Amino acid sequence: MAFKLPDLPYDYDALEPYIDIRTMEIHHTKHHGAYTSKLNDAIQGTPAESLSIEEIMASMSEYPVAVRNNGGGYFNHNLFWTILSPDGGGVPEGELLDAINRKFGSFGNFKSEFSQAAANRFGSGWAWLIRKEDGSLAVTSTPNQDNPLMDFVEVKGIPLLGLDVWEHAYYLKYQNRRPDYIEAFWNLVNWDEVARRFSK
Amino acid sequence: MAFSLPELPYALDSLEPHISRRTLEFHHGKHHQAYVNNLNKLIEGTPFAQADLEKIIREAEGGIFNNGAQVWNHTFYFTGLNPKPKEKPEGELKRAIEGAFGSLDALMEEFSKASATLFGSGWAWLVKTKDGNLDIVQEPNAGNPLRRGLQPLLTCDVWEHAYYLDYQNRRPDYIESFWKMVDWSVVEKRFNG
Ligand SMILES: [Fe+2]
Ligand SMILES: [Fe+2]
Repeated sequence: MAFKLPDLPYDYDALEPYIDIRTMEIHHTKHHGAYTSKLNDAIQGTPAESLSIEEIMASMSEYPVAVRNNGGGYFNHNLFWTILSPDGGGVPEGELLDAINRKFGSFGNFKSEFSQAAANRFGSGWAWLIRKEDGSLAVTSTPNQDNPLMDFVEVKGIPLLGLDVWEHAYYLKYQNRRPDYIEAFWNLVNWDEVARRFSK
Repeated sequence: MAFSLPELPYALDSLEPHISRRTLEFHHGKHHQAYVNNLNKLIEGTPFAQADLEKIIREAEGGIFNNGAQVWNHTFYFTGLNPKPKEKPEGELKRAIEGAFGSLDALMEEFSKASATLFGSGWAWLVKTKDGNLDIVQEPNAGNPLRRGLQPLLTCDVWEHAYYLDYQNRRPDYIESFWKMVDWSVVEKRFNG
């Protein structure tokens, strides 16, 4: 069964003024769309066709680079759209907040560690908040379209929150000012969705 | 020795319509400038404080390599372009291209493919190998072929910042425009020199 480009859970202009409508349209229809169709091309006629995207991630070292790049791009953007929301921002609550405080000392500390990971990623890639196998949280970063589910990455875990720092994610609005894009991102984070992924 | 940002050898709007003034303003004035500033800060008090860029590219790691190579790569990229370029190579370079690729068109096709298929950020390069042959290679992020003993002759920046304001996701369109600005007289000088 072929993978399908998911609809956005909000309108293209819903994340204004933090992410502009033009960026959202191109990012979703062109970039995410291309990862989806190239992933389908790459797995056509192979056993991967009957697997879930998470199952493919978990044994990524066995696949050709086209599956790694486009499968990663497919999964990462699927996650990205869901952890953003026009009603986002603020702070997490409950068990997720407890876990963040335990690991990072405070929500503010977590935010600055995550922002730094996003700012320091040289070239294209992602910053992540993950839940590791032992249940603890960690901030990590991966190049290009790799992610913490892939079996060969250094710091593995379940991604709870991800930030796309490919230039295509912010260049039309922020150009070289990646730190401004990262700052704007915090106004959009859908903490309900992050908490849902945390308690799953 | 502090590095400084080299001026562009042409006006900011002179590559239009292939590359817009706005793109060049950011690409040269912000990105290239930031690599220069970062490099100057990072080398202070290190063994690379007095080094030239080639030494940094060959020997440095991490932030010093990334910023040093990006300073060099961008200067090399910008100086390979011209609003009134020499449109075809001649002489020794022409013969070398025909020997290695069969024709200029075949070189362009292979170089375009290398530029289009580099995943993420990076550079495509036409290089001269140690034995004098021509080759086309890809380098991710700040990569530079000098580091593996290859002599760069021409490069195309395929970081998204190089083309996103003008072409968005359409990298192949940017690469097609790139060829309209490549100054083969510069490439000849690099090859013969
Ligand atoms: Fe993206
Ligand atoms: Fe660049």
